[in-house]
Amino acid sequence: MISPKYRGIWTLFKKEVLRFWRVSFQTLASPVLTALLYLLIFSHVLEDRVHVYKDVPYTAFLIPGLMMMSMLQNAFANTSSSLIQSKVMGNLVFILLTPLSYLQLFIAFLGASVIRGLAVGLAIYMVSIWFVDLPIMHLGWILVFALAGCALLGTFGVIAGIWAEKFDQMAAFQNFVIMPLTFLSGVFYSIHSLPAFWQTVSKFNPFFYMIDGFRYGFFGKSDISPWVSILVVVAFLALLTWLTLKMLKSGYKLRG
Amino acid sequence: MIPAVNIESVEKRFGTLHALKGVDLTIEQGEFFGLLGPNGAGKSTLINLMAGLLKPTHGQIKVVGYDVQTQYQQSRQNLGVVPQELVFDPFFNVREMLRFQAGYFGRGPENDIWVDEVIESLGLADKAHTNMRRLSGGMKRRALIAQALAHKPPVIVLDEPTAGVDVELRQMLWDFIKKLNRDGHTIILTTHYLEEAEALCGRVAMMKAGEIVALDTTQNLLKQFAGKNLRLKLDDTLPASLLPMLKQGEDGIFTLALNELGQVEYALSELRKANVDIQDMQLLEADLEDVFLSMVGKGSDI
Repeated sequence: MISPKYRGIWTLFKKEVLRFWRVSFQTLASPVLTALLYLLIFSHVLEDRVHVYKDVPYTAFLIPGLMMMSMLQNAFANTSSSLIQSKVMGNLVFILLTPLSYLQLFIAFLGASVIRGLAVGLAIYMVSIWFVDLPIMHLGWILVFALAGCALLGTFGVIAGIWAEKFDQMAAFQNFVIMPLTFLSGVFYSIHSLPAFWQTVSKFNPFFYMIDGFRYGFFGKSDISPWVSILVVVAFLALLTWLTLKMLKSGYKLRG
Repeated sequence: MIPAVNIESVEKRFGTLHALKGVDLTIEQGEFFGLLGPNGAGKSTLINLMAGLLKPTHGQIKVVGYDVQTQYQQSRQNLGVVPQELVFDPFFNVREMLRFQAGYFGRGPENDIWVDEVIESLGLADKAHTNMRRLSGGMKRRALIAQALAHKPPVIVLDEPTAGVDVELRQMLWDFIKKLNRDGHTIILTTHYLEEAEALCGRVAMMKAGEIVALDTTQNLLKQFAGKNLRLKLDDTLPASLLPMLKQGEDGIFTLALNELGQVEYALSELRKANVDIQDMQLLEADLEDVFLSMVGKGSDI
């Protein structure tokens, strides 16, 4: 039994989880399929040509990157699409009329997006271990980066969802910010294989740290220390959380 | 007793638009209150300010004694708002949506009986498991009203709940709202249908261009402003001497506004003088619409 004090936030969290669960074909199954297609094509083409770490086959190398990429994209998609839809449809008013505080609202939305990210990541893992031998060296790091990564992108999704007023603005966010950052983050390669200039550029991309640290959990090897990565990720998370709460508190674009 | 709603010198600006120009209004608990005015008068702005969907540029609003800005959790707990637009969440069915809505307010399974009562009273029982997306317009309107009532708020605000709603639903809705009012809920209503306000509301505020231009009991307003109307069917045009009294006239039917009954005699004698035959004659009580027109001006889009 949940105390009435926490029932509001629990209800909103439950509703947000059910929202994506009801359309799980689109929100869970389709990202898993996409990730598996990437895996199939890239591993087929590159398996014998690319070796990133000694003793780690390319296909195995690819899986954590694809998992993280899908988790990040889906955590972002969950908060951002829920907010933009209910803003455009107008039904966000039902939440704005309630006594829920801006902090409760944020936690409930974020919690659901983390659940969706983790569910997608887990599903990709479950399917891919049938095909590829994937070690787990440090489960703790895997979980820490999975959680922090989903939380970071879930928060980013809240910002995008509050800011965007139309679906095409949201699509622009998705295609011009999220996609380039994911693809230039080392999902498909180690940044050590890049020219020096692009290595430097990659180090300004927070996605790189999430993927590199997450991969460390599986292979015990990474481009940079997981401690540095988690520091960067947590710093970004703190920054975006601060910004989100500031936006929500001021009522920016939600309460005129 | 603490007023249900207390509005003190509230102003709201949207950029250069001065939507509310200093509104003062107190609505007591248990009232059935009407907020009337043409489009753009500021009714919905006022409601959105009460609900905390907007922030006032100046002034203060309290709901059951709680400031809607600084004590928003308590004030919203006491308030149920039916939005004007037909909005809905396409992911859930009616009963789920209502339980969620109650849940946001901290209500748990103990509240389910009330939710079922609302569903029943609004004629939604056989649609309880239908997805919101699949409901017809009228059913969506009922669900919208049910959502505002899900947490059993003491103060209920209905922003034009009967716009585009058929007679049957309107009747059912008013029966239910009247029952809630009898049970002690405060009802605040904005409507385009003046006869509704006249039949239901004990007290009425009329708004125009961001200000309250009349505030009184419905009876007093009717008494004070309207007087009576004399409707005449004539075989000729109206004599010029009666033109100042003319309210409306077309196809040989003329309506004259009377301030006192003595003017009937004057009108008849003028008609006799002009040799105009009276084919039919009716003496009518004024309604709220007359009050409204005299307050906010003729030609207003009600």
